[in-house]
Amino acid sequence: MRRTIGEIAAFVTSKNAGPFLLTLDIVFPDRATYERFKALKALDRVTIAGLYGIMAEDVLKIIEFDPAYAVKITMRRPLGSGALGESDVYGAQQHVPLMEHAVAWEDT
Amino acid sequence: MNATRMTILAPEGMLGYGIPVRSMAEGMKRNPDAIAVDAGSTDPGPYYLGAGVPFTNRRAFKRDLGMILDAARERRVPVLIGSAGGGGGTPHLQWTLEVYREICRERGYHFRTAVIGAEVDKGWLKQQIARGRTSPLDLDAPLTHAEVDRSVRIVAQMGYEPFMRALDMGAEVVIAGRAYDPAPIGALPMRAGFDTGLVIHMGKILECGGAAAYPRHGSDSLLGFMEEDAFVVEPPNPDKVCTVASVAAHTLYEKPDPYLLHLPGGAIDLSQTVFEQINPRQVRVTGTRWVKAPAYTLKLEGVRRAGYRTLAIAGVRDPVLISQIDAYLENIRQRVAETYPDGYRLIFHVYGRDGVMGRLEPVKEIRSHEVGLIIEVIADDPDTSAAVLALARSAGLHVTYPGRKAIAGNLAFPFSPSDIKAGEVFEFNVHHLVVVDDPLELFPIEIEET
Repeated sequence: MRRTIGEIAAFVTSKNAGPFLLTLDIVFPDRATYERFKALKALDRVTIAGLYGIMAEDVLKIIEFDPAYAVKITMRRPLGSGALGESDVYGAQQHVPLMEHAVAWEDT
Repeated sequence: MNATRMTILAPEGMLGYGIPVRSMAEGMKRNPDAIAVDAGSTDPGPYYLGAGVPFTNRRAFKRDLGMILDAARERRVPVLIGSAGGGGGTPHLQWTLEVYREICRERGYHFRTAVIGAEVDKGWLKQQIARGRTSPLDLDAPLTHAEVDRSVRIVAQMGYEPFMRALDMGAEVVIAGRAYDPAPIGALPMRAGFDTGLVIHMGKILECGGAAAYPRHGSDSLLGFMEEDAFVVEPPNPDKVCTVASVAAHTLYEKPDPYLLHLPGGAIDLSQTVFEQINPRQVRVTGTRWVKAPAYTLKLEGVRRAGYRTLAIAGVRDPVLISQIDAYLENIRQRVAETYPDGYRLIFHVYGRDGVMGRLEPVKEIRSHEVGLIIEVIADDPDTSAAVLALARSAGLHVTYPGRKAIAGNLAFPFSPSDIKAGEVFEFNVHHLVVVDDPLELFPIEIEET
């Protein structure tokens, strides 16, 4: 079956990393869940780019951070924070496409 | 090294967001060697740096700073404040000093005070561009003389050295312009000779105050205990705890890469860092390593003027109109262009469609029975901005569209007046690095006795 990342993770957040980058954090509730998710290899640049309708090269980093049971994704913002036409100064509401992304996941 | 343990209290993550009284009192019971707090960020956007105003409320800021000075006065411990006034430029520093002097005057406090500027001289910066000493950060465009000229204000994030120098000069209170957020927190232990990587990492965690403790709500305090080969963090608020998850997760926060965190003069490497729960409320951190860079670089932040904003807020409930909103908005744009062909930007924010995510929004259709519309105009002068917005607003109210039943008007305005002058608009245009020979050269330190 499939579960969304939001159903599996404890937190899914987005935030600016400086005015020109957006960083998405997925934090899992425990090591076991984190290790299971990592083993799926479900997230790559092309997948993330597809979720947000951006170019794969604008997905700069996908980093697994073991101490926090977390996966971090950093991408370029289409527009800098506060630039004309921009819509989320803090970048705090850009997490939903990632949160709603479903992956193969059997409930244990 | 003179000491084997040093305690730092970060009363909150942002000076002026509200220090909980109990957390401050509990924190001071642990006899901190310094009280240190970050007061700035680029997060609230480019306006505050450009306009030279703080993003915190003056009354709230005075209340928090007053609490800190009361505690410092009573215990005779130094206070270090970084990125004064939010943007950390000269007007932000002056605003902070004005509130600070007012508190000192009212309460009869006398402190030896160091004031450290962080604004960058444009002529100096252009010389550095010519010498090839600047480079872009997160952007592709190199810094140019023209972009420096267009900037309203440019600041540099100071490292630890200016704070340490101010302490050498006998300062009891250090009020600094734009600074690397952890620098005020780590200056005292850095000066005392504690491990560089660990001092920086502790500052990274304390700079957001209680954000690294659970439950994570509200502005709150955090204590850091620097030891010879480790540091320990603990929330003074008895209702909160630091866990490995809360502290490690905070290491991710707002950072592009949690394993390598860059700062003036180098980076910290977290690939060998170990977070340990040593009791239910404290986490010990070891293994973080300092990696000195071959050149000492500072981060520059600058903004340019983008014009004047006028906006109107309206709602649309009519399903016939919602079904063809793109054509409707294009019609408004054309009507406006007939009178004002150029010299402005007309922007529609359509809430219910992509008002939040803009071009990152994957949901392309409107699923709501109503949509919110913000009509925004930015022009070089406030009068043009207001005139274009007025026309866009009236065209929006009255243009027709196929199948229109509601011929009296297309928009519901919640407010009268509908048109809101939102003032000057700024954009970030400098987000670059510059190499310097001396970590102190951009940051003049002045001593005053209050």
